[in-house]
Amino acid sequence: MTLMLSPNLENPDAFYEALTDAQRDLSDEQANDMNARLVLILANQVGRLEDLREAIRLAAPAEA
Amino acid sequence: MLNTYQFPEFEYVQSPEQIAGQVLRHPVVVVGAGPVGLTAALDFAARGLKVVVLDDSDTVSVGSRAVCYAKRPLEIWDRLGVADRMLDKGIGWKQGRVFFRDREVYNFDLLPEEGHKIPAFINLQQYYLEEYMVEAARSNPLIDLRWKHKVVSLHRHDDHAELAVETPDGIFRMEADWVVACDGANSDIRNMVGAEFKGQFFQDRFLIADIVMKANFPTERWFWFDPDFHRGQSALLHKQSDDVWRLDFQLGWDADPKLEKQPERIIPRVKAMIGEDVEFELEWASVYQFACRRIDDFRYGRVLFAGDAAHQVSPFGARGANTGVQDIDNLGWKLAAVIRGDAPDSLIDSYHAERAYAADDNILNSTRSTDFITPKNTASRRFRDAALALSEQFEFARPLVNSGRLSVPTPYAQSPLNTPDDAAWAGRMAPGTCAADAPVKVRGEEAWLLELLGDGFTLLSFGPVPETVSRGALTPKILVAGEDFEDSAGLVAERYDGTPGSVYLIRPDQHVAARWRQFDADKVAQAIARAMGETT
Repeated sequence: MTLMLSPNLENPDAFYEALTDAQRDLSDEQANDMNARLVLILANQVGRLEDLREAIRLAAPAEA
Repeated sequence: MLNTYQFPEFEYVQSPEQIAGQVLRHPVVVVGAGPVGLTAALDFAARGLKVVVLDDSDTVSVGSRAVCYAKRPLEIWDRLGVADRMLDKGIGWKQGRVFFRDREVYNFDLLPEEGHKIPAFINLQQYYLEEYMVEAARSNPLIDLRWKHKVVSLHRHDDHAELAVETPDGIFRMEADWVVACDGANSDIRNMVGAEFKGQFFQDRFLIADIVMKANFPTERWFWFDPDFHRGQSALLHKQSDDVWRLDFQLGWDADPKLEKQPERIIPRVKAMIGEDVEFELEWASVYQFACRRIDDFRYGRVLFAGDAAHQVSPFGARGANTGVQDIDNLGWKLAAVIRGDAPDSLIDSYHAERAYAADDNILNSTRSTDFITPKNTASRRFRDAALALSEQFEFARPLVNSGRLSVPTPYAQSPLNTPDDAAWAGRMAPGTCAADAPVKVRGEEAWLLELLGDGFTLLSFGPVPETVSRGALTPKILVAGEDFEDSAGLVAERYDGTPGSVYLIRPDQHVAARWRQFDADKVAQAIARAMGETT
């Protein structure tokens, strides 16, 4: 299996709302801390190193 | 400062060759009498080689320095007959606790697998370890230990090296067929051969302090990330013998090493950690910084490098001395075989192939620990703190927390000496792997598998061996389960996937060279030749 890049979210709008709602009242610092925890929780769900490396590569800024 | 330990002073003796002004050629000269150099002397002598050891001091290591000794080096010292005293004096431990700020986030048990003679780890001050090995070396007629002998120059020739050695009586010259440099991270010999020693240098400083206290702290490894008593940094507490405790404080790059070494600076830090009311005395302290580096080649002709002279790691994971001792385990039998004429000179090249591979593995692990402990930017600190925060509540985050991955042997997975498998096997004993121990019985008496392995090659067989494989000095010792020993707990068969008829060829350094599902004399002979560097 490779990283899934076709739509897979059960309810995209509801997920997006849940994410932004959770950070609506947070400072940047708090939101960044929360995002770091979120990345680790979701990474554990993915599990496979190859998929995680691919996701990191896709998310990284384009090379300067 | 207090001393729980009386440092021995070893007598300098002018050598007959220096008195006579005669240049002698020695088969093996070891430079440096630290844990690695002393292990080299004992191992080489155990393999029948005459060894001269040169050391520029006249005592053991000052300060406790290396503290944690792992199972594999202890097994090597057990083979050399010096492990009993270390195990008696050392402190066994298996419990660790991790703290983040003011809370314990989790604790762990090293969960050592049952059925091994040697424990996972002991803590022992380096000076005890050296003292025991010096005593063993002095009573060995093949070992010539020379104190206050400093190598001041070295010239390499095709078949030997020429050394100039300085003693209190001046400088004299000697020659060596082989030189084994165990002279530490700042190796002079390394400079003398012009080797490169490259890697990553970490911009951080650490204070280590040994204190003596009778407090009732449990015998556990405690590691703090960003504790209230030492904000923004890490700290470590570990027990050694004689009620000596090792404390380690991360100080940051801006700390002044001279200032931080002063007792009036150290004592408040210690009190903040262990409590104002706990009585203690300071025994030794040092401020250090570290690098993860490796020599470009472990072999420069007749000059070989081992231990910190060949590789340097951060202290997290206890991978320094433990790895160095395994360098010697790898080198000893090869050097002896080449000197005796049983193997081609190229066998020594496999020393670099195998041990540089292991050094790179250690450096990788130790660099990862360092990056976790000392995050390099805000983003990595954020992830570090996220992993720590989650680890208190969720088990999944605990494997991410890295306060040091404790030293285990690196299998030589890609070694040219391995014969690849020609069948499927379960378990961990692939070619290149260090042989696992297991409890056995010999004529009804309890014994251990590793004790039964030969000084040379061993054929460990789970079925009758119909013929001997005669290879002169390399003829393997035959060890048949159910005949030569009883697999009393069934663990030998389990750990080696020992179905009936299976056969392992084990090297003189107790690493698996080859294995087959059934005995075949030709295949065994070919695998021995390959493990001796004769074919590739």
